[in-house]
Amino acid sequence: MYEELLKNIAIDDERIVVMTAENRALIRNLPSVLGKRFIDTGITEQCMVGAAAGLALRGRVPVLHALASFLSMRAFEFVRTDAGIPNLPIKLSAFIPGFLSDGNGPTHQAVEDVSLMRGIPNMQVFAPANEQDLAIMLPEILASKHPAYIRICHRPTSFQHQKHFEIGKVEVIAEGTDVTLLTYGFMLEQTLIAAEILRAEGKSVGIVNLRSLKPIDEAYLVDLTQKTDLLVTIEDHFVTGGLYSIVAEIFLKKQIQAPVLPIALFEKWFKPARLQEVLEYEGFTGKQIAERILGYHTESIQPHIVASEFAE
Amino acid sequence: MNEVKLKKLEQTALRVREHIIKLSTDGGCFVGASLSATDLIVYLYTEFLNLNPTNLDDPDRDYLFLSKGHDVPALYGTLVEMGVLEAERLQNHLSTNDHIYWHPNTQIPGIEFHSGSLGHLPAVSVGVAMDLKISASQNRVVCILGDGELNEGSVWEAVMVAHAHKLDNLIFVVDRNNFQANMATEDLIPLEPLVDKFEAFGWEVCRIDGHNFLDLEEAFADLPYKKHKPSVIIADTIRGKGLPSIEARADRWFCNFSSTEIEQLLQELHGQQKAQIDSETLVVR
Repeated sequence: MYEELLKNIAIDDERIVVMTAENRALIRNLPSVLGKRFIDTGITEQCMVGAAAGLALRGRVPVLHALASFLSMRAFEFVRTDAGIPNLPIKLSAFIPGFLSDGNGPTHQAVEDVSLMRGIPNMQVFAPANEQDLAIMLPEILASKHPAYIRICHRPTSFQHQKHFEIGKVEVIAEGTDVTLLTYGFMLEQTLIAAEILRAEGKSVGIVNLRSLKPIDEAYLVDLTQKTDLLVTIEDHFVTGGLYSIVAEIFLKKQIQAPVLPIALFEKWFKPARLQEVLEYEGFTGKQIAERILGYHTESIQPHIVASEFAE
Repeated sequence: MNEVKLKKLEQTALRVREHIIKLSTDGGCFVGASLSATDLIVYLYTEFLNLNPTNLDDPDRDYLFLSKGHDVPALYGTLVEMGVLEAERLQNHLSTNDHIYWHPNTQIPGIEFHSGSLGHLPAVSVGVAMDLKISASQNRVVCILGDGELNEGSVWEAVMVAHAHKLDNLIFVVDRNNFQANMATEDLIPLEPLVDKFEAFGWEVCRIDGHNFLDLEEAFADLPYKKHKPSVIIADTIRGKGLPSIEARADRWFCNFSSTEIEQLLQELHGQQKAQIDSETLVVR
């Protein structure tokens, strides 16, 4: 799906150059279609980002593929210096961010990437929830004149997203007066489950997809504090610098007091295992999230969690 | 090279060195590194590259990237001599009123990309060379690297990638002045045998005297040296070239001279008596 969409955009737009530091999982069939506009630099994240800047100087829009941890951290200074400072439209497609690196171990865990990337002036940060969300967002992201970091999540979904995406806007999935769940990326899947359990317990529950983390929908979040008793930020990211921090920064700036419960990773990497077991161990299944919010156990059933697709 | 052209190059290089010396006061600059790269930059801009004041935004131009960055006073001086940069702007060195500081930035006409963080522009120049290939352009990309900069692993990533992608439109020039910030390169992270290193990575190598315009003319005469292969010119140079009182010294990298010292250094540049330098060298990195 991602590959098909990127292929079609690239066929229509000569400016698009697809690059990878030998992570071809999502783009295996593009070399034959794109020819010279498919560039594999080998396992050189730094060189790939620098070269992307050179291509962008010549008017191209490079779309870079690598694992989220290496794209955001190994190449960090290249992203900051060669994409951020000159504000070049370099698009970073970051694979297996957060929990999606499941069994790889802490070397591969990008759980500080949102924090790092949003700290770079000019950089935009996006976190699609699944393949449908990604498909809705990608054309806008590639059309933006700014560099962008895309926390790729392309898991299949039966959920129907709103078809409209605007950079800097939230997707409001549900409104509720007792509690509103704020999340992005892969964690939307479990958030939807948590919301169902909370509703079964009689709560009025809001759900918001923060697919555009930078720019962020400040006005919506400020307004939300008037409409709901409790906000919960849910993210497969360190509590430092992610969505909880973003919300805290906005509320401090606007001098708003509001109860916000962070569900995130606190000063630790997560236990590497199969995805289902990671979530259970770390307390991030929908059921566990709902019960943390309720403060008591329920008889609800946690649905099976589909395995992650890559082991790189 | 005929006498007239040689004389002209030498005169231009002399004036660029005057600009550099004048920038090495009131806050100072990386004078040693700039003087070693001066002849390279003057030659590239005035003889080799398809660059002039009227084509700086033309997609069909050659590209020069200054990767070590702190040699930018030599580029400022050259751009002034080419008529690209107003000479008066050099008076604004280190002032918030302008963009003339210790490393290159794109607010200066003729500067393609900012640098200062070592090991970046080899990769950026690889990207430009890739696009010239995709676009079937005949233009070329030159990237000037410091020898100390070769410590950075990202340089060798770019070297491998350029070879893999057969970028014969890419030319690296190593300003081999034998010093990095604080000491001789060979005393810290030895680089020799440098020719062998690049050859082992699949590059075509030429080693020359980087202060000899006849050598430069010969080295740049028929590039690429081999079809489908990137080329590197290792230019042996002298840190502080042109000023015997500071030449080839580890402690004359970044200098902030007094106005009296500047007067003396300008005289020394023109072959008069050696300057008496009392200012201590600063280490800025």
